[in-house]
Amino acid sequence: MDPIMWLLLALLAFMIIGALIAAETEDLLSSVVCVGAVGAGLAIIDLFLGAPDLAITQVAVEVLCVVFLIRVVLTRRDETHETHKDTLAIGSVVLVLGVLLVLGGWAMTTLHPFGEPLLASADPGVAGQYLAGGLEQTGAANYVMAVLLDYRAYDTLGEATVIFVSIIGAYAILRKTGRVHHALGNEPDR
Amino acid sequence: MPSGMSLIVKTVTRLVASFIVLFGVYVALYGHVSPGGGFAGGAIVAGGLILVMLAFGRRQTRNMFTHGMALGWDCGGALAFVAIALLGYLAGDFFLNFAGHGDPYRLASAGTIPLSNAAIAAKVGAGLFGVFLALAVFRPGQRQEGEQ
Amino acid sequence: MTIGALPYVLALVLMLIGLYVIVAKKNIIKIILGIAILEYAVNLFLLLLGYRNGGAAPIRSPEQTDNVVFAAGAVDPVPQALVLTSIVIGVGCLALMVALAIRLHEKFGTFDMTRIRELKG
Repeated sequence: MDPIMWLLLALLAFMIIGALIAAETEDLLSSVVCVGAVGAGLAIIDLFLGAPDLAITQVAVEVLCVVFLIRVVLTRRDETHETHKDTLAIGSVVLVLGVLLVLGGWAMTTLHPFGEPLLASADPGVAGQYLAGGLEQTGAANYVMAVLLDYRAYDTLGEATVIFVSIIGAYAILRKTGRVHHALGNEPDR
Repeated sequence: MPSGMSLIVKTVTRLVASFIVLFGVYVALYGHVSPGGGFAGGAIVAGGLILVMLAFGRRQTRNMFTHGMALGWDCGGALAFVAIALLGYLAGDFFLNFAGHGDPYRLASAGTIPLSNAAIAAKVGAGLFGVFLALAVFRPGQRQEGEQ
Repeated sequence: MTIGALPYVLALVLMLIGLYVIVAKKNIIKIILGIAILEYAVNLFLLLLGYRNGGAAPIRSPEQTDNVVFAAGAVDPVPQALVLTSIVIGVGCLALMVALAIRLHEKFGTFDMTRIRELKG
């Protein structure tokens, strides 16, 4: 087996353990930190699977996510206690997810196996065309940017709109003006 | 009560913050030659600005970072991206890469891709930083604060 | 099951963990974290689909002059381009969800879904 496969499996196991701890721990802060660890694992996988763009973005975004979430969790009291009395409900959820896992795993075996994608087959499809003529057609040495901002720029415009709307939405929800009343002067620090 | 974090954090922040922002701008502008791009660069710039704000406290940075500035850069980046898309009509089609492709592996190559990267970096960076600004100003049970 | 499908199945397991957190937990912050885990898993799955054995990053250096040789050794750039935007959309949506959670906590004083439902109206 390929060494990169061993590395991938180890990192995936790390991510799954981190996600399980994040799911089951009582303390919200530990949960947030565990999700941060899962994202860091994903960034390392990105790096080894030939996607340095994704690794950079994932690391930067991960830090921002963790800062946002810690900002929320740290200053707020929370007395939610997960009651384990409704074992029937949890059991049925786990049962349905198990069925999903079996069916999904069966479906995964019909895909191109890992390491031999459609791109490596006899008919490489549209990605093969991008790789073959990307430098001449767009002038960009980074083919990810060539796909993102030239071949499929319209797609990126839609995604940029989604980001814009979500951030403006967050702004509108958190804003002060227009709510009740406001007076200047006693703003808390930090 | 002194504002912000301890002296060590402030000193280190003074040393590294400008380099973080500079690295973000580099990653954004050279996205078509090396790994990176507007999304990554914008997130790094936002991270650097958030570091400054966390280290020095809201009171000291109140005049440096305002909501209007964040919103202005956010909307400006979005409008610039749409404008680049519409400028493609000059050459005949929406989002056409109308500018010359130039010499590969240089900064001034690949037509509109570096411009789009810069627009996206401004939009993403200002947007993410603006959200953090709104989160930081917000305090539960104190609705009477001013907007800025 | 062949060894070639194992990474896909592990990504599916990670996705199902996220789904479990969304469905079974009562804490709003936990649910947001579940959505984040689900999103990581989907991004990872798309990335895994584009990898080829021994593939290099799809970034040219000036020494690689032959198009055909380069195209035969690079990984698929299309899933990477789609995932790149998806990551940033994820943090935007997370900010929106966090803002909603803050407003809910301000109004009801708790992150517990069941208690928020009781307090409504």
